[in-house]
Amino acid sequence: MKLFRYFPVAVDSIAANKMRASLTMLGIIIGVAAVLTILGVGRGASANILDEVASQGTTRLTISPSTESEGEGAGAPVQTLTMGDVRALSDAAFHPDVVEVVPQYGGSIQLVAGSNNKQTRVTGTTADYVGVHRLEMAEGRFLTEDEIAQMSNVIVIGTAVATDLFERTQVVGESVRIDGEPFTVVGVLKESGNAGFGSNDDSGFIPIGAAHGRIFNVPRYRGEYIVTSVSANAVSEERVEAAERQIEQTLRLRHGLGADDDSDFTISTQASLLDTIGTVTNTLTLLLSSIAAISLVVGGIGIMNIMLVSVTERTKEIGLRKALGAHTSDVLLQFLIESLVLTLLGGLIGIAISYGLALLVQRIPNFPIDLLIGVDALVLAVGVSAGCGLIFGLYPAMRATRLDPIEALRYE
Amino acid sequence: MADSSALVDMQNISKVYQMGETKVHALNGVSLSIEAGEYVAIVGTSGSGKSTLMNIIGLLDSPTEGVFAVRGQRASGLTGRQMADLRNREIGFVFQQFNLLARTPAWRQVELPLFYANVARSASRKRALEALAQVGLDERADHKPDELSGGQQQRVAIARALVNRPSLLLADEPTGALDTRTGEEVMALFEKLHEEGLTLVIITHDQEIAERAHRVITMRDGVIVSDSDAATTTASGFRNGLSGAAPAPLPRPVAIEQDKEEMYEAV
Repeated sequence: MKLFRYFPVAVDSIAANKMRASLTMLGIIIGVAAVLTILGVGRGASANILDEVASQGTTRLTISPSTESEGEGAGAPVQTLTMGDVRALSDAAFHPDVVEVVPQYGGSIQLVAGSNNKQTRVTGTTADYVGVHRLEMAEGRFLTEDEIAQMSNVIVIGTAVATDLFERTQVVGESVRIDGEPFTVVGVLKESGNAGFGSNDDSGFIPIGAAHGRIFNVPRYRGEYIVTSVSANAVSEERVEAAERQIEQTLRLRHGLGADDDSDFTISTQASLLDTIGTVTNTLTLLLSSIAAISLVVGGIGIMNIMLVSVTERTKEIGLRKALGAHTSDVLLQFLIESLVLTLLGGLIGIAISYGLALLVQRIPNFPIDLLIGVDALVLAVGVSAGCGLIFGLYPAMRATRLDPIEALRYE
Repeated sequence: MADSSALVDMQNISKVYQMGETKVHALNGVSLSIEAGEYVAIVGTSGSGKSTLMNIIGLLDSPTEGVFAVRGQRASGLTGRQMADLRNREIGFVFQQFNLLARTPAWRQVELPLFYANVARSASRKRALEALAQVGLDERADHKPDELSGGQQQRVAIARALVNRPSLLLADEPTGALDTRTGEEVMALFEKLHEEGLTLVIITHDQEIAERAHRVITMRDGVIVSDSDAATTTASGFRNGLSGAAPAPLPRPVAIEQDKEEMYEAV
């Protein structure tokens, strides 16, 4: 194939002007490296979050009271999600696809141990919390059914709390004071090792009754304590939607909502959470990539600029080549392939740089995200840089073909 | 009637350039034929039309009027692509300024016409080295232009002109950029190649160079004012006067070129 014969010619010409060629490629190098790195960061971050979410189970549903209220007149919104709802939802006869309904009432409060104290989020909950939220214990155990029923003064704490209060994590049997009341530590949660999303390192868990009745001054609605959220598990991943419908039906009925009323609660599933996260990260990645893509276009214009200079500078060479029998197509291909080689080379160096960054990031311990560079991103980078070469090389190449050999040979 | 045995055959060639409102007759009804194996010098001052004549012989330019053929192949009416192929096959160029590619080894320079003739790379390297040997530069095949003297650079250019075995070597002021001694060496090389059978056309304004040729054609104001080998010119038809005072043929519209060619056929 004759086409391939132009590549050595292009390489020779680039090698003959190394400095100029590398400066020209810089735009493409930076552009490709930027696009790939940003795509990699976006993908790494979203993979990170998705892993985190998946590790917490894909069957979980979370019911939260709606924060908005309308038509109820002025004043604070009335919180209508209560322990009564939790009991109703626990009835398996009406909710065959719902298991482990777990109420939560949480607030930020000070824990005291000896002379140490720490402001921590303390959640009142039930024994099933550990299963629904897939917590793992480092020391001791989670709250038991008995302790929940008796509203015992027991607490399970995260590792950060343990180390802050006791400077160690083997603290089962120790006592912490909340609002003057002593609570016995029965378990310490395993460190999640991640300061970000879904970490329980900095929290404490006590029986829901103790939280409602003694620690927090919890208001009631229609005679029942309110809760800040309710978690539940669906029997299987396939039944998440059915479970969601069953819960919705019960709560709307209990809250006396008519067919036209909006629900005063929201049910979020892990699937909907994944969707939301996916949308957000995709939007962010797209935004950043388009900014990076601008640098690619700027790089491409740099290529065009240099190729135009190169055509002018090599007017005599073009004249000579034509005198020696070069066709118009020969000249066109020569310059087109030269700019193609230039951009492809720049693209490859850009890819190498972003891969280097990815490897570097992997070696940094505890770096929150990995750079994930997919094959599709590589194909995109190579394609875009080759496209840049062809598009931005076309005009200079056509200028070269239009040169009259007689004039070109006379050009000084 | 076109002389089919002639290497170059020009019949009543005119070249008119449009410069704004005025027409400039660079060539005005030139007829000329060059046989294979000739050693011709075309002389004339600048503006005499010798460069235009060279461009037409070299297939770089097309005449406005007249019939031109190389080795019996009519050049008028060819596409740019066909002209390029014919040029590649039949004509070897040597320029005053050598016109070598910067930072490129000698053998790669010489290879260039073969690249455009689609000769395979292995064969073209061999032929390039042979051509360099012909000009006595086989030892310096890997040298780049800035590592060669002016005379050596011109010899590389001559090797490049020879490599595709052209019918005709066209040299435009080949010694113009060289000192007398190197110029003499280059001329000696040309004459050696001529003795080996090469047809040589040298365009020059240097009388000393011109006098070495076996045939001298003198141009002035777009016409041939003298041709030492008058027989050839007469045989091919037109014979312009001995002075520039000869009546110039009327310029003809390009459109009737076709008819005129048929007329020649009929004669």
